[in-house]
Amino acid sequence: MVYRLDEDQRLPQTRLAALTYAIVILTLLLLFGFWRLQILEGRHYAELAEKNRIRTISLIAPRGRILDREGRVLLDNTPSFTILLNRDNPDQLTCCLKEIAEGLGLDPAALQREVHEAAGLPRFQPIVIKTEASPADVAFVEAHRADLPALELLLVQRRRYPPAGILAHVLGYVGQVSPEDIARSQGRYRPGDVVGKAGIEREYNDILMGTDGSRRVVVDSRGRVRGTLGEVPAIPGHPIRLTIDLDLQMVAETELGDRAGAVVALNPQTGEVLAMASHPAFDPNLFTAGIRPEDWEQLTTDPGRPLLNRAIQAQLAPGSVFKIIMAAAMLESHAVPEDFRVFCPGSAVFYGHLFHCWEKGGHGLVDLHAAIVHSCDVYFYTVGRRLGIDRIAYFAHALGLGRKTGIDLPGEEPGLVPSPEWKQHVLHARWFPGETISVAIGQGATTVTPLQLAYSIGGIALGGVFHRPHLLADQPDQTVRFPLAPATVEQLTRAMYGVVNEGGTAAASRLEGIEFCGKTGSAQVVSGDARRRLNGQRFRDNAWFVGFAPRENPEIVVAVLVEGGEHGASAAAPIARELIRAYYEKKNGHRQQYTRLEWPPRPALAGSLN
Amino acid sequence: MRRLDRSMDYDWWLLGLSGLLALLGLLEIDSATRHSTLHGMVWKQLCWIALGVLLLWLLSRMDYELLLDRAPVLYGLMLAGLVTVLAMGHVRMGARRWVHIAGIPVQVSEFAKLAIIIVLARFLAGVRTDRLTVRDWAALLGLVGLPAGLILLQPDLGTALTLLPVALVGAFLAGWRWKHILVLVLCGGLAFPLAWHYVLRPYQKARLVSFLRPEEDPQGSGYQILQSQIAIGSGGLWGKGWGRGSQNQLGFVPVRYSDFILAALAEELGFMGVLLTLLLYAGILLRLIMNAQQAKDRAGMYMVAGVAAILGFHVFVNAAMVIGWMPVTGIPLPLLSYGGSATLFVFMALGLVMSVRLRRFVN
Repeated sequence: MVYRLDEDQRLPQTRLAALTYAIVILTLLLLFGFWRLQILEGRHYAELAEKNRIRTISLIAPRGRILDREGRVLLDNTPSFTILLNRDNPDQLTCCLKEIAEGLGLDPAALQREVHEAAGLPRFQPIVIKTEASPADVAFVEAHRADLPALELLLVQRRRYPPAGILAHVLGYVGQVSPEDIARSQGRYRPGDVVGKAGIEREYNDILMGTDGSRRVVVDSRGRVRGTLGEVPAIPGHPIRLTIDLDLQMVAETELGDRAGAVVALNPQTGEVLAMASHPAFDPNLFTAGIRPEDWEQLTTDPGRPLLNRAIQAQLAPGSVFKIIMAAAMLESHAVPEDFRVFCPGSAVFYGHLFHCWEKGGHGLVDLHAAIVHSCDVYFYTVGRRLGIDRIAYFAHALGLGRKTGIDLPGEEPGLVPSPEWKQHVLHARWFPGETISVAIGQGATTVTPLQLAYSIGGIALGGVFHRPHLLADQPDQTVRFPLAPATVEQLTRAMYGVVNEGGTAAASRLEGIEFCGKTGSAQVVSGDARRRLNGQRFRDNAWFVGFAPRENPEIVVAVLVEGGEHGASAAAPIARELIRAYYEKKNGHRQQYTRLEWPPRPALAGSLN
Repeated sequence: MRRLDRSMDYDWWLLGLSGLLALLGLLEIDSATRHSTLHGMVWKQLCWIALGVLLLWLLSRMDYELLLDRAPVLYGLMLAGLVTVLAMGHVRMGARRWVHIAGIPVQVSEFAKLAIIIVLARFLAGVRTDRLTVRDWAALLGLVGLPAGLILLQPDLGTALTLLPVALVGAFLAGWRWKHILVLVLCGGLAFPLAWHYVLRPYQKARLVSFLRPEEDPQGSGYQILQSQIAIGSGGLWGKGWGRGSQNQLGFVPVRYSDFILAALAEELGFMGVLLTLLLYAGILLRLIMNAQQAKDRAGMYMVAGVAAILGFHVFVNAAMVIGWMPVTGIPLPLLSYGGSATLFVFMALGLVMSVRLRRFVN
C-alpha cells in the first residue's frame, strides 16, 4: 500500500487521553452555563418569558346612544373597518405594495413612504393604511386573504352622526382627549381616549362615555393572538334622551335650508328644547376617525363659520322684537301711561338727531297695541326717551336678556344689554342720550342670541316665569320668576296676536284655527364683528321672528334668525309658522313624519370578523 | 460463527447513546413544529434517521482501508460537488447550499465533512515523524482550506468552520508542540484588536456587539440570542413540560427545530433535560476517543478522532451559542437538530467509526 510509509503504528495515547479531559471540562463548563441561566437566573427569565407572551389589549367601550324625546335614534355607533398592514414578513410587502395600493385606491408612492417611515417601529406592530374602509375595500381584503396575508381588518365602533349636518351643533362631535383635559380629569382620561369635544357629546361626556375594559391575551412572536387569559369587560356608555322632537327638528332644518341663521323651538312651560338648528352646518362625521388637517382648516377658515352654533352663540341686535321688552317695561314701570299715544309722521327728532320710522309715510296716531302690531319705530323712540336707559336695561335683564339662559350646551354667549355703567366700564366713554333712542328699537349696542329671544318672549307670555332651557329630558325644573301684572301680559299677547292675525307685520303667516302670535324684527347689522362675519352681505338686515302659540299659556315658542334675510315678516316668520303648524298637526293626531333621517348605507360586515 | 462475533462487536454503547439522542431530537422536533405549518417534519426526520442507519450499516461492512486508498478520488469528487453547488445550486435564505438530486435537496457540504475526515486521516498517517514540519502544515491547511473556501463562498461560515477542528485535532495528535499551541493562542488574542480596527466591516462589528450585549438591540440580531436565553432560563430545573414551552410554542425561539433546538429542549425539559442531553453527548464523545485509542493503525485512529472532532465542535459551539457565549453562526446540533443531509452525515460518520472498530484486531 502506497500511503503506509511509516510502519510504526503506535498511537499517541497521552494526547488521546488529553482529549478526554478536554471533553469532560467543556461539558462541565457548558453545564455551568445552563445552570446559571436556568437555576440562578431562572426567575428573571421566567418573568421575561411571561412579558413576551402576555399582552394587555384594551377593550374600547362604545359611547352611549342619543335619542330624541320619543326614543328615536339620533346618534348611534357603527362598526367600521380599519385596514392594517403587517410588516413582520418583508417578502409579503415588497412584492405586493403596488397591488395593495391599487386595490384599496391608495397612492402607491405615499404607501411606499409610509412603510418606509415605519421601518423604525417594532416589526410585529402593524401600521394603519386606511380608516373607514368602504365595503369594496373590505371585500378586497377578504378576497385576497391567501395571496396578500399582510393585510388585516380591524373592527372598531365609530360615531355615526345624522347626515347633512342635521342637529350637528346640538350633538357636537368627538375627538382625542387633549393633554389639558387629561390633566384636569384626575385620572379618568388616558391618552388616546375619545371624548366629546362639542355639543351634547361634550356636555354629557361623563354619561355617554363608558369605561374601557381590558383583555389579557397570549400572543406569539408575530404579535398574533393565540388565546385569552382573562377579561375585564368594557362597560358601554349610557344612552341619553333629548327633549328634541325629530319631526320638528327636520322641519326647522328644511325650512332654514341653505340660508345662514338659526331656529330654536322651546316649550316655555318646561324649558324643553324641541328643535334647534344652525346653518350653515358641518358634518360631524368628519371627526369620527380623527379629522384631517385640510378639513379642519376648511371648517375654521370658512367665512360662513359653520362651527358656530348660531342658536346660542350668534350675538346680534334683536331689532323690533325688542319692542316687546320695551312695552313690558312701559307697562310695568308705569313711567308712561298705558293709553299713551304718539303721532308718527314717518320720522322724529330726538336730541338734535333725525330718527326715521321704517314706514316712510308714517303710521299716524298710534297707541301701544297699534305700535306693536305695525311695529312703529317713532312710538318706541318716544317711549324710550321717557323711560330712560337705566329702566330699559333693568327690565331687559329681568326679562332674560344680557345673561346666559343656562342651557346644557357648552359655549353659550350672554348677549349684551347696554347701559351707561357698561359703556363707562368697558368702552371708557360717556353714554349719549341718542343711544337710548336706538336701543329702544333693538339697535345700538344691544345684542341677543336666538335662544335668549325664545326664552324671553316665552317667559313674558307665561306672565314672567322663565324656565331654564334644557336638552336632556327629564331634568328638574329651574325657573327664574319676574311676575308681570296679568293686564300687562294680556295686552302684550293680544298685540302679538294682532301682529299675525290683525293685518300686522306678519299677517302673511296667519294659521287658520291656531292662536299664532309673534313679533317680527329687521335689525341693522351694526357691530364690526357681525359685519366681518357677513362679508358680502354686510348691508343686508338680519331678519328676526319670535312666535308662540296659543296666546294664553303657550306650549311652544319659536325664535328664528335669518342672517341677511332683510325682513322678519318675509324671511323669518314663515319658518316659525311651519314649525307651529307641524307642532299642532302632530298634537292633533295628524301624526306625520316630515322627513326621515336617512343615513348612508352601513359598511358590509364580514362574517369572519365577529 | 464469525458473523455473530462481528455483530456482537459493534459499539452498542455508542449506538445506544446516539439512538437515545435521536429519540430526544424527534420528540423535541415534534413539539416545536406540531402546532405550526411545519408539522409532519418529525416523520421526515424519522425517514432520514432510517436511511442513516442503513448507510451506517453499509459503511461499517466496508473496509476503511479501501476508502483510504480512494481518498484522492473522494477529494476530487468533493471539490467537484462544491463547485457544482456554487454554479447551479438552489438559493435559500440568501445562501446557495443545496443541489437537487432526484428531487431531494442535498447539502453537499455535509458530505464534504465526511470526505475531509478520510483525506486528512490518510495524509496524517503518512507523516512519519512525531513533529509536523512547515511543509506538513502547509499541505494540511491547503487540503482543508480549499473546500472550506468553497463552502465559505456559498456563504456558509458555520460549516466551513467545522472542517477546521478535523485538521487541528489531527495536528494535535500528530505531535503539534504544546509551545506552538500556546504561541498561537496568544497571537490570536493579539490579532483580535487589530482585526477589529482594520479588517471587520461595520455590519460585522454590529453583529459582534449584538452578540456581546443582546439586550441593547432586542429587535435586531441580538433578538435571537435574547429569546434563546429567555427560553432556556425560564425552563428552570424541571422545565415547563413537553409541548408547553411558551417561548418555543409561540415562536419566540428562532429556528427552534434546528439550530436552537437545545433552547427549546431546555425550556420544556428544564436543566434536567439539558443535563441528560449533554451527558449523552459527552458519553458519545468519550466512546469515540476510546475507539480511537483501540484503532488498529494510525489512519483508523485519525479517522475516528476526526469524527469526534467534528461532532464535538458541533455540540460545544451550538450549546455555547444558545446560552449566548458564542455568536450565532448556524451550526446545528448533531442527531437532535432537524436536517436531512446533516443526519445522514452523522450516521455515516458513525459507520466509519464502526468500520475501524470492527477491524481493530490486527490479523
